Amino acid sequence: MTAVDLLATAFGAVRGHRVRTGLSLLGVAIGVAAVLVLTALGEGARRYVEGQFSALGSNLLALLPGKNETTGAFPGVGGVPNDLTLDDARALSRLPQVRLLAPIVVGNETVSHRERSRQVSVMGATPELLEVRELAVRLGRFLPVEDPKRGSPVIVLGVDLAGELFPGQNPVGRVVRVGDWRMRVVGVLESRGTQLGMDMDDVALVPVATAMQLFNRSSLFRVLIQTHAYAELDATCEKALEVITERHGEEDVTCITQDSVVSSLSSILRVLTLAVAGIAAISLSVAGIGIMNLMLVSVSERTAEVGLLKAVGAARRQILALFLAEAVLLATGGGLFGLGVGATAVGVIAYLYPAFPVAIPGWALAAALGLAIAVGALFGVLPARRAARLEPAVALAGR
Amino acid sequence: MIELEGVSKIYQMGGRPLYALRDVTETIESGDYVAVMGPSGSGKSTLLNVVGCLDRPDEGRYRLDGRDVGSLSDEELSRLRSRTLGFVFQTFHLIPRLTAAENVAHPMIFAGVPRAERAGRVARALEAVGLADRADHRPSELSGGERQRVAIARATIMQPRVMLADEPTGNLDSAAGRQVMELLESLRSQGRTLVTVTHDPEVARRAERVLWMRDGAIARRLRGRDLAQAGLPAGPPGPP
Repeated sequence: MTAVDLLATAFGAVRGHRVRTGLSLLGVAIGVAAVLVLTALGEGARRYVEGQFSALGSNLLALLPGKNETTGAFPGVGGVPNDLTLDDARALSRLPQVRLLAPIVVGNETVSHRERSRQVSVMGATPELLEVRELAVRLGRFLPVEDPKRGSPVIVLGVDLAGELFPGQNPVGRVVRVGDWRMRVVGVLESRGTQLGMDMDDVALVPVATAMQLFNRSSLFRVLIQTHAYAELDATCEKALEVITERHGEEDVTCITQDSVVSSLSSILRVLTLAVAGIAAISLSVAGIGIMNLMLVSVSERTAEVGLLKAVGAARRQILALFLAEAVLLATGGGLFGLGVGATAVGVIAYLYPAFPVAIPGWALAAALGLAIAVGALFGVLPARRAARLEPAVALAGR
Repeated sequence: MIELEGVSKIYQMGGRPLYALRDVTETIESGDYVAVMGPSGSGKSTLLNVVGCLDRPDEGRYRLDGRDVGSLSDEELSRLRSRTLGFVFQTFHLIPRLTAAENVAHPMIFAGVPRAERAGRVARALEAVGLADRADHRPSELSGGERQRVAIARATIMQPRVMLADEPTGNLDSAAGRQVMELLESLRSQGRTLVTVTHDPEVARRAERVLWMRDGAIARRLRGRDLAQAGLPAGPPGPP
């Protein structure tokens, strides 16, 4: 029996049983489509989170006072022996690995203009923050370049905050009150969305020294450092800690890199991916059991046919090959159909929710089709083996 | 040459052994024409199945052309069924989704006959059974007699030396039955061995030999032309 004969005969059998073929194709197609849609959703979630991180900027590390990452909400309280000061920041900026350095102070304060007021996060920063956090200015300009210790009374508003305080007006040049302070608005930020829990659209930026006076702080909240290259992150961390240790007499700051945040998040994502893969595997195995049922029915319906094939001289091996070819044809056909359905469904999701980056990963395409064929072949051949072992006379009698 | 030696086929019925064949010893020479008769359940079909290598005897030995069939592998048995034995069934056993020509060509696919050669052989085989114009019809579009002739064309497509027919006219009216028997007998006259199971004394009478079976054993052996005098068809045979 040649390969062409095998395929032609199997194709004839598949075409000859329309209802059974249709049901098998449907079962496999639904399984494969489910795998594609679920993995596309998982992949979408992964890309979404990754996108959030890359919006933060890479090559970034943060120094914060204290030896543990989880100090209290107010740095300076909670057993921090020494402040992380602007002088420390200045010393750090002299390190050759440092490309940009942005000291920040964060607090909550009421920002008001006439009768309108709004409680927002106020961030003390320097002009470097613009590049480090990949921000952009919509109106006016960013914080002025000046001696970081000077602290002029100027403010840059997030786009939502600006809209709330100055509905339909250009706030640049106007004066707002921040707590007891009066500050001149110099610019409005471009919309940036939420960066890791901080809504950059509903924020107010002031010079770092201004914020330290405003909140009566002696220590910085954080020093963000952008290195020249990603590979230098760890080395820069070490150097920075050396500098601080030398200045403070002890190592009382913590250095976090983007990596440490990403790695903790990636473990969450891994669990998510596993869960999705598990659900997908269940749906595919359900499809496999469907194929097996159909194949079982088909083989018992066709036991007499198997008997006849043996009577006219088909060897056991040839009969198995025939049923295997049928099952693989069915599974492949159903798999391809499922790929089409799944891709269409993912396309519809992408159309309905453009913000959610659904995408079918290449491995899912290959795995779904490969699994479908393997499942089809396995579950298709098992029942056929039984029929092929019967004596032809028994099989012909259809028992 | 077909040699059966002490062949038995035993089924378990409710824990008790039931002999479908009981110690059958028989030799059928090449070119012989044998009719197997007997009441229902006497083991006629089982005998034919064993001879046709569709069933294995539980006891005894079956030699076909000197080879012990019991010792053959699945591949070797398939080869025998393919090239040496041609089987015709009472219920035709045509594959309904295939056309007459495709049904006839089926054995050649498994025997590995090249594609180019098949069409010609199918055409000649259908011509020989007088169905050249029915090649593209499916079994459901053919009469019973036509179906059985397609089945005969399929059974002969690999040029077997032994033709086995299990009540080939059982589902046919007498005219179609006569046509089918003439076909089978013409095959036999080409030098083939023909063994047919039948209820029809008209059919059996034309055979060289008649084997009368009862309870799984061959109860009587007689010549076909003596059948009328033996008085067997009227009722169960008496002791010889």
